[in-house]
Amino acid sequence: MSHTVMQYLLAATLVLPLLGAVAALLPAPPGLKGRDPEQAVLRHGVTVTGAVLALTIALAAGFDHDRPARMQGTTDISWIPALGIRIHLGVDGVSLPLLVLTALLTFLCALYSYFKMPAGPSPKAFVALILVLESGTLASFAVLDLMLFFLAFEMVLIPMYFLIARWGGDGRERAAWRFILYTLLGSVVMLLGLLLVGIKGGTFDMVALATDNGSKLSRTTQLIAVLAIGVGLAVKAPMWPLHSWLPDAHTAAPTVGSVLLAGVLLKMGTYGFVRIVLPIAPEGAHTFAPYLAAFAVVGIIYGSLVCLSLARTGAKGDLKRLVAYSSVGHMGFVLLGIATMTPTGVNGALFANIAHGLITGLLFFLVGAVKDRYGTSDLDALSGATGAALYGKAPRLGGLLAFGAVASLGLPGLAGFWGEMLAMFGSFRPAEGLSRPAFLTFMALAGFGTLLTAAYMLIVVRRVCMGGDGEGRPAPAPELADVRTYEFAAWTPLVVLTVLAGLWPAALLGLTDPAVSQLLRGGN
Amino acid sequence: MGSLVQSVDWLAIAPPTITAVVALVVLVADLFLPEGRKPLLGLITLAGLVLAGLSLLPLLDGDRSTFCLTTSGTPACSYTADHFTLVIQFLVLGGALLTALLSVSDLVDFKLPSGEYWFLLLSSAAGAALLPASRDLATLVVALEVASLPAFALVGMRRDDRKSSEAALKFFLSSVTATAVMLLGVSFVYAATGSLHLTQVAGGLPGDGTRLGVLAQTGVALTLVGFAFKTAAVPFHFWVPDTYVGAPLPVAAYLSVVGKAVGFTGLILVTVVAFPSYADVWGPALAVLAALTMTAGNVAALRQRADRAHSAVRLLAWSSVGQAGYLLVPIAAAGYDGDPAHAVGSTVAYALMYAAVNLGAFAVAGLVARTSPAHRLADYRGLYARRPLAALALGFFLLCLAGLPPGIIGLFAKVTVFSAAVDAGLGWLAAVMAVNVVIALYYYLQWTALLFRPAEEKAAAPAATAGEEPGEAPAEAPARVPLPLAAAMALAAALGIVLSGAPQLVLRFASGALL
Repeated sequence: MSHTVMQYLLAATLVLPLLGAVAALLPAPPGLKGRDPEQAVLRHGVTVTGAVLALTIALAAGFDHDRPARMQGTTDISWIPALGIRIHLGVDGVSLPLLVLTALLTFLCALYSYFKMPAGPSPKAFVALILVLESGTLASFAVLDLMLFFLAFEMVLIPMYFLIARWGGDGRERAAWRFILYTLLGSVVMLLGLLLVGIKGGTFDMVALATDNGSKLSRTTQLIAVLAIGVGLAVKAPMWPLHSWLPDAHTAAPTVGSVLLAGVLLKMGTYGFVRIVLPIAPEGAHTFAPYLAAFAVVGIIYGSLVCLSLARTGAKGDLKRLVAYSSVGHMGFVLLGIATMTPTGVNGALFANIAHGLITGLLFFLVGAVKDRYGTSDLDALSGATGAALYGKAPRLGGLLAFGAVASLGLPGLAGFWGEMLAMFGSFRPAEGLSRPAFLTFMALAGFGTLLTAAYMLIVVRRVCMGGDGEGRPAPAPELADVRTYEFAAWTPLVVLTVLAGLWPAALLGLTDPAVSQLLRGGN
Repeated sequence: MGSLVQSVDWLAIAPPTITAVVALVVLVADLFLPEGRKPLLGLITLAGLVLAGLSLLPLLDGDRSTFCLTTSGTPACSYTADHFTLVIQFLVLGGALLTALLSVSDLVDFKLPSGEYWFLLLSSAAGAALLPASRDLATLVVALEVASLPAFALVGMRRDDRKSSEAALKFFLSSVTATAVMLLGVSFVYAATGSLHLTQVAGGLPGDGTRLGVLAQTGVALTLVGFAFKTAAVPFHFWVPDTYVGAPLPVAAYLSVVGKAVGFTGLILVTVVAFPSYADVWGPALAVLAALTMTAGNVAALRQRADRAHSAVRLLAWSSVGQAGYLLVPIAAAGYDGDPAHAVGSTVAYALMYAAVNLGAFAVAGLVARTSPAHRLADYRGLYARRPLAALALGFFLLCLAGLPPGIIGLFAKVTVFSAAVDAGLGWLAAVMAVNVVIALYYYLQWTALLFRPAEEKAAAPAATAGEEPGEAPAEAPARVPLPLAAAMALAAALGIVLSGAPQLVLRFASGALL
């Protein structure tokens, strides 16, 4: 596909959701009024996100797969010459999968909400916020200017805040505040780091800075910059011990909010590490890599242990909270992969990123569905003394939940496996100059973490899916609605992609690998 | 030797002159107009301000100066219309115009004497427009006083209100003290350098250790104190909340924008133009002042309780103190920078952004005050349900002040200030500012969130203050918005949105040398 077409496709991908958000607030034009205004605006949301998904798929189709390391569809126009800020857009093998994932998850969320709107104020604002959120997330993966990245990074905060605070469950106000304050505190620090890089490096352009590969930045500058930028990204990722906003936000958020938060918002943090920290300040990244890896491994173990304790009988563990903590663990693998600073590890991290988006997105959908049916997501209330026996009552839902859990624990053949294996493999042989014994220890601990993950996921499956009256009789007859058509429609793509990514990892790794090697080499 | 008579370039001095002349016209016309036709005075004022604004157009080259010395060898002028002057004059006249729009309906509602009001507003605006152009200390002081004295009277306009006169007195006393101190400083500087012209002062300041060094240093310090008061910098900030609460709302808006602009302009002129050789003294001093000011303002704003009377105005007042702290940062950075004129551009850019959105916020506050005059933050609950456009506008203004998207201009204005600090090596100040930005985000966001809360809980809240209509049902159609108020809101919102799309419009001042 020609360069111009790609350019327009990429620009349209970012602008369309914004226009859609404005249009959602206006009254529907005649002919599109639908049954009632609520239905019309929800349908509008599905249409716009669907169009955006189509655009990103077209973008992926037009992407020159032979040269994924090259920035494609680039636009580079001056916006604020006073600050040297340019509207510089482009996709390469690192950002393309994330763009498609974002568009896909947002579309599925819009579709799901069309049939099952979360309780709260009018859907008008809901749809507008989702669309702004989509635009911000897509922009953060597509921009190549540090200040624009920051702008996009901040742009998602207000919509997410309102999604949690307006359409959330118990304790939503507090959770929303925690979410926004943590992220803001981190991002203001990140802004200082980005400014430092921009001022000392002479440009805000990520490509130019990556090509310099830190040669214009002194060692001290790099250390300060990596620390400042890293804190902002680590809050978002989230890295232990900066994760504590996440469980509350996930628990309180509506289902689609959780899906988007886990599926795409967290990825902005890890993407920032790969796109900004590694290539632009390699020396600083090198110094902090062991610490990042250590925190990541602590996150893996900590997340798993919390999940184990939540899954225990009598712990009053909330399923949503459990999935949220499992996210902390999974993102730990991503950060570990990045910290190895090797192509293997970083590729694994990017793969795990996508896999986590698919699997955790699916899990949050499923848990949301369970919560809707039972009215609670408290594990004890759900399973009672004998287990919830979802297999018996709603076999398809139970089966999907078991599938999600198994995928999450990293069963070979499913998407969760490759990323985590590659991340550990990367830390088996970390980049030159990094302490090998330390990384071997991290690898061993991370391996132990996968065991713990398997343990709590299986406990959850046993307590929620299995069960009966304990005397060998079959479970009571189904009294719950099984998976409905729209739920199938929203979940099937995630299941299919999880299997596909697990069986054919080369499709994704072939995209990321050349781009990652180039970033680690310094952009050339 | 040429003639002693200085030539006058009338075109160059047109902006403040037109404003002053219109002020006199209004005062005289007030005597002859019958009561029923007083609204005409408002129209004259608006037209005069627009005309004064238009008179900036022929000056856009920025190369005119007048009232120049004819005798001395070095060229020194008392009035210079360079780009810096023009930008600030635009800010002042635009701010006065928005204030005038806000005032129209308040004058009717509170039965304020309109002739005096317009005269005082225009006089103050004339002084404020003169100030950025003045390039000698005497003109600077005169302009500052012309801008301030009418403001005291404006604050005390609501004569039946005890709070108003108290506020005016407080404002007057503290301001006069500052002026006296400043005059003492100016006289010291004059004694030490033998000149009042800023450029000659800059050349004539004695170095450290010389006989007049101490005198000059004292003079510099005392002069800065006067301007620190005008900018409401710590520790001269205590008058702000009480004055804002006591003054009529448009006057508070005027003080928060034009009053501040005056202070900052004066500060920039004396520091960068007159005392550049003392940068190692005022640079660190202003940096500390900036850090203290933003912290004090933001912490106090954070402590405003939503259900207290006047909490909304108090919050705006304290937040304006916090914003003054940000405005000081680039001036402090100018003390460290090799190219000070460049750094102060950030202050100008930030001030332009701040002027537009802060006046916008005051406009919405004026609108809300029409139905609930207690100015409580709690009154804003559910504004979105009652007046969606006003709520969206206020949300936008607050997010601009906070510096969060969609208030993109607010974000990038902060970025320029940050980069001025980082550029000058003031890392610690940037870090303090970062913390402050987060504190400010908290209360701005809380207010924004309040706008979109469901309104029905409002009925359940105890009607604590008197003067609140008991039966304000959400279904009831809201009263019509007065046209001038709506125009002010729309103007500010349009400015904010245009600037968010094209931040370069104001940020270019941060890159080009203005002075």
